[in-house]
Amino acid sequence: MPTALGPFLVLLLVWAGFGLAVAACAGTGDPWTFFSWRNQTLILAQSAIVAVGACGMVLVVVAGGIDLAAGSMIALCSVVTALVLAHSGCPPLGGFLFALLAVLGVGAACGALSGALIAGLRLAPFIVTLGMLSMARGAAKGAADNQTVNFDHPWLADLMTPTAYHAATDPWWQAPLIVAPGVWIAAGLVAVTWFLMERTVFGRNAAAIGSNPAAARLCGIHVAGHTIAIYAWCGLCLGLAGLLETAKLSQGDPTTASGRELDIIAAVVVGGASLSGGRGSVIAAAVGAVLMVVLRSGGQLLEWNPWVQEILIGVVIIVAVAVDRWRRGRSE
Amino acid sequence: MLRCSGLRKAFGATQALAGVDLAVEAGQVLALVGENGAGKSTLIKVLTGAHACDAGTMLLAGRPYAPTGPVDARNLGVAVVYQELTICRHLTVAENIVLGACPQRFGVIDRQRRDAMASAALAQLGIDLPLVARCGSLSVAQQQLVEIARALATTAEPNAEPASASPAPPAPSPRLQAPRLLILDEPTSSLTAADVGRLLAVIRRVAAAGAAVVFISHALEECREIAEQVCVLRDGASVLRGNLAEIDDAAMIRAMVGRSVDDLYPRPPRAAGSVALRCVQVAGEVLPRDASLEVRHGEVVGLYGLVGSGRTELLRVLFGLDRAVAGQVELEPKTEHPVVAASPITTPSPQTRLAQGMALLSEDRKAEGLCLGRSLADNLLLTRPGPACWNGSSWLPWLPTAARRIANGWIARFAIKARHGDQAVQELSGGNQQKVALARILHHGARILLLDEPTRGVDVAAKAAIYQVIGEQAAAGKAVVVVSSYLPELLGICDRIAVMRRGVLGAARPVAAWQPADLLAEALG
Repeated sequence: MPTALGPFLVLLLVWAGFGLAVAACAGTGDPWTFFSWRNQTLILAQSAIVAVGACGMVLVVVAGGIDLAAGSMIALCSVVTALVLAHSGCPPLGGFLFALLAVLGVGAACGALSGALIAGLRLAPFIVTLGMLSMARGAAKGAADNQTVNFDHPWLADLMTPTAYHAATDPWWQAPLIVAPGVWIAAGLVAVTWFLMERTVFGRNAAAIGSNPAAARLCGIHVAGHTIAIYAWCGLCLGLAGLLETAKLSQGDPTTASGRELDIIAAVVVGGASLSGGRGSVIAAAVGAVLMVVLRSGGQLLEWNPWVQEILIGVVIIVAVAVDRWRRGRSE
Repeated sequence: MLRCSGLRKAFGATQALAGVDLAVEAGQVLALVGENGAGKSTLIKVLTGAHACDAGTMLLAGRPYAPTGPVDARNLGVAVVYQELTICRHLTVAENIVLGACPQRFGVIDRQRRDAMASAALAQLGIDLPLVARCGSLSVAQQQLVEIARALATTAEPNAEPASASPAPPAPSPRLQAPRLLILDEPTSSLTAADVGRLLAVIRRVAAAGAAVVFISHALEECREIAEQVCVLRDGASVLRGNLAEIDDAAMIRAMVGRSVDDLYPRPPRAAGSVALRCVQVAGEVLPRDASLEVRHGEVVGLYGLVGSGRTELLRVLFGLDRAVAGQVELEPKTEHPVVAASPITTPSPQTRLAQGMALLSEDRKAEGLCLGRSLADNLLLTRPGPACWNGSSWLPWLPTAARRIANGWIARFAIKARHGDQAVQELSGGNQQKVALARILHHGARILLLDEPTRGVDVAAKAAIYQVIGEQAAAGKAVVVVSSYLPELLGICDRIAVMRRGVLGAARPVAAWQPADLLAEALG
């Protein structure tokens, strides 16, 4: 049974449950709004950023670590994107590529720094990335001078907009994409991450380090180097997530994505990853990211209070992981 | 193949290796035996390069051999199967076998070659395991076989010259040779008899393929079955070497024990009183399997056995740390004769045991015995704070709090080398830390003392002091149970000794009725 099947079934169940609940409670208007195509594209578009972050986080978690700085790094990279677009003076495509390179570089550098501190000073990942959480947030605010950064770009915002709502003004390349381009970017990154984790020596070594660090060391795996690369990959993904966040907000905001790391970690964990390392699936983590959004958007359509949604999300995380643990415990 | 002479290694004042001579030829199996703590683990660490030896020479296939670490050793053709499994439970069999040496093309796993390598190694061992099975779902015996397969698959070719001038060969085909030297550290300790038989067959095949094998085990009959040569270690020195066929078990055991009990062990006059602790057919979830024991006030009872035989587990069950599944434990029993209840006992909590006057000194001082970062006084008062719970701030060191008075009392009584009672325990030496741990359970006022390896890792002077304390406590009417792997110590301080073997505790007999060789023979079974 593939690892992603369990979380996928949970997602299906929650999705259907919310849809039926919305239909049952609908006052006026279409009772089936939750199942509408428009709602599906919205859900996927909203999942994209968490899914991109989860691509980085899942490798870190499988290797036995954690990256608490994810939310702050997204904010930092969002500011970096906005600054590049505002000040580079490049044409739209050139500016976009320049911003992409910049966020990937900044993200990977921050991640590599976390990894180097963890490997070099032998500190717990929790501590180092907790420090990085504050440092990246501070750097974002400093770079943005404590304000949002505005820029002018003709199509960046379209990356995160589901198509076919303002078809008349859409650029020609959007029509065949069906869902927001950001969703395709996230899907592509999930595929790349899957290949990295399952088919490359680097990915399997990372799993070995998370599963049994002593064994990995005795078998000649360069644990410190791998740790740096693992966190750098996570930073790279968070850089891309920061770019998508900027597209969603249409501005660079140093205070955005506060607490987003918890959504990302929850997506990874709901996807069956073990926080003690060795186990995790990027596809299941992406499913987990969608699940988090379904919970939010379903609650909104049911017009629940935000506090009810928050409690419900907490319950679902715990139940999903407990069921997964119970299922594995029986099979092993 | 491997020739060592005069290997020496010291850690601080402890001489872990004090002159080891060792030789093993290609195709031959050497049994390395010795008591716990005789230096076997240190020897392996020197052979794999985890430690550098202080003196002595090592030759591998006639060349000087000085590995810088496990990887270097592996590249030189030396493979080790460690006592603790080094399996990644979440990875598959194939991934574990090629771990650290995975065939690849630009970083992408070459799965065909990986699977070929893994199945070749498994085939060479004559075992059949699915390559895609997760190792966590395998039995311990199967995991052990995976480790041996890894040793075969990933060790460098014996004949490959590291600085070969010939043009680089194309991608190496799956290797089928054995390593030059295979070291197995107690590979059978956690296996069933049938699995041991299979493992020995596998080792024989590896030796037949031309490898030199060093086989470490406590089970002498296994050694006889597999090995031609033997080397006995005692106190870090090789004391007996030769052909196994010419050495009988008695001679080997004499060489392993070979010490005389000196007068390190004071024995104040004492007389056994009423029964303080009685356990009848106690079994834990895994270990022990069947333990019956009676300990009287004013008596020291020793538990001997190999590491992993279940002695520590028995103490943990008695103290309520682990669950008992069968049997009965009575403290201060009213009747003279054991009454076996029909239903299994309920395990009390350690809190109850402490309240009842039982205390446990853990074998793992650093992890379980002490709060290392806290002060000496904090540790002493851990289980019995009494009115002395506030020991004063270390900024007000002149304040004569009750805690400081108590701490100073124990420092004086045990001659603990500490500046004052506010000093953190981790700043003390091992021997003084152990004195603090012992003082804690005495300060608690326990009447039944369970001491697990009370002198592990302490120097001779501290040992003598600890023996003194144990003798005094018994003379004062306490009931003492001592677990130790060090025979002279048990023979010196105990009134009676019982031997634990594979979870089953034998009858406790008076010290005078035991010969050291008998004890070892019973422990080895």
